[in-house]
Amino acid sequence: MTMFQKDKLRHVRLVDIAHARSGDKGDTANVGVIALKPHWYPLLRDQLTLARVRQHFQGVITGDVERYELPNLNALNFLLHGALGGGGTLSLKTDAQGKVFSTAMLRMVLEVPENMAQALDLPAAPTA
Amino acid sequence: MTAGSSSDRIVRVASGQGFWGDWLDAPRRQVEGGPVDYLMLDYLAEVTMSILQKQKERDPAMGYARDFIGAMESVLPAVKDRGVKVIANAGGVNPVSCANAVLDMARAKGAQGALKIGVVSGDDLLPRLDELIASGQPLANMETGEPLSMVRDRVLSANAYIGSVPIVEALRKGANVVITGRSTDTALTMAPLRHEFGWAADDWDRLAAGIIAGHIIECGAQCSGGNCLYDWRSIPDLANVGYPIVEGRADGTFVVTKHPHTGGRINVPSITEQLVYEMGDPHSYITPDVVADFTSIHLEQAGENRVRVFGIQGRPATDKLKVSIAYRSGFKAVGTLVYAWPDALDKAKLADQVLRERLDNMGLQFDELLTEFVGVSSTHGPLAEMSGEAQEVQLRVGVRSPDRRSVERFTRELAPLVLNGPPSVTGFAGGRPKVEEIVAYWPALVDKTAVTTKVEVLS
Repeated sequence: MTMFQKDKLRHVRLVDIAHARSGDKGDTANVGVIALKPHWYPLLRDQLTLARVRQHFQGVITGDVERYELPNLNALNFLLHGALGGGGTLSLKTDAQGKVFSTAMLRMVLEVPENMAQALDLPAAPTA
Repeated sequence: MTAGSSSDRIVRVASGQGFWGDWLDAPRRQVEGGPVDYLMLDYLAEVTMSILQKQKERDPAMGYARDFIGAMESVLPAVKDRGVKVIANAGGVNPVSCANAVLDMARAKGAQGALKIGVVSGDDLLPRLDELIASGQPLANMETGEPLSMVRDRVLSANAYIGSVPIVEALRKGANVVITGRSTDTALTMAPLRHEFGWAADDWDRLAAGIIAGHIIECGAQCSGGNCLYDWRSIPDLANVGYPIVEGRADGTFVVTKHPHTGGRINVPSITEQLVYEMGDPHSYITPDVVADFTSIHLEQAGENRVRVFGIQGRPATDKLKVSIAYRSGFKAVGTLVYAWPDALDKAKLADQVLRERLDNMGLQFDELLTEFVGVSSTHGPLAEMSGEAQEVQLRVGVRSPDRRSVERFTRELAPLVLNGPPSVTGFAGGRPKVEEIVAYWPALVDKTAVTTKVEVLS
């Protein structure tokens, strides 16, 4: 058991607190990220910032990112531009339709203050 | 909400096909598994129209989704004896021929009298392209802003996405089967609800609700347990998956459900996953009929495999229609080889290097040459983590070029690597990669006033 520490950060895998689906529109992939429990939505909203998602997909997409909030669905929607190698039939990629950008997004690891993680009952990342 | 029988009336719209190539059994299962009023079949993806246009060029009687004839045959008893109506965008670039093929099939079954087929046309803009451009419709690419004149001589098909109005008209004229060309996927669901409940053309909230009902069921089982990441291991009996059914009400609220004794699962997470699928700006889901606001949608579990959807808001439609244009855009080919343990990834990487050097030596030029290592990083690229050594790796190389001969030459360069490249290689039994002509997609807008739809009823 770790001691309760206020300023300690817990690593939380996005895949353990959210589910997702992705699709395409031209050369843009959209990724909808949905909180697995409604009370985890504010954490997603605060942590999945435009800057953080841009950084995550650096070197994976060639364009910018757009971000939209859907509090009614406990979800966020991201548009990843330049994600699909030209998109549609032009693309040579295995994932030409962006079907599995969803789980690429879920590879993110969030850093959550330990007291907040406990209050929200977040699962801990498995230790490597 | 007012009480009484009229507001309690439910209209059931069942989804039986999410794309051309979807489960052949689904339409029949939908009409036999329990009560439905309408069967909705979506056949058209963005590039489907161009494939159909090519088929029509070879044979003027073709150019529609031929799977639809088999689907109609499988649901004919339900249409004939139980009054189930069918709405499908199977007409592609030749809705009249599609209707005639359905009538031929019904005649062969001795059921020709049972069908009144409403045929919606007017979406095909290919014969009118030059007239439209001359009249000041640039049909500029919505993504790049480039005018259509850049690719005009390579255009294969051009179709406006049309909305619910002509489908409602066909139903009003007594059609029990409605066949459209490039109708929006969502209108196929919204139109029967609008027709049954008499929603006005400016009843934005209810029209938006019908569109969102359409968005939820237009991909078939993708909202009822298929491709569902949420708790996927526990989703029961996918072999027998139930396709979704919308139970619509006059006030615009609806329940998404499926027939009893079917597999899959309908819950708030499964519906939410489908709602965010292919979503752009959620505040403005633009359709020919209405602009729907996805941030107004509320979901609630209303029993096992029942999700109630309510609170939906809409705004007036725009004065444009989206146009789907397809044009020839060069050639591509993709080839693969499989490398085995040990050092599978290193072998695949060396093979790729050798291949690239040979292509270089021949002076072949490609717009793009893409290498992926399937089993390592083909789907998540640099985000993928390798833990331990790959047991096998598929080398997957694709090229794209305006020059067919360069692409053809590339397809001859993979097989030799089996004998003259790195070791432990297999998986070439499929033979030489196929050269494909690329038909690319050009999304554009056109003034609504420039498009006139037509409805005929054949029987």
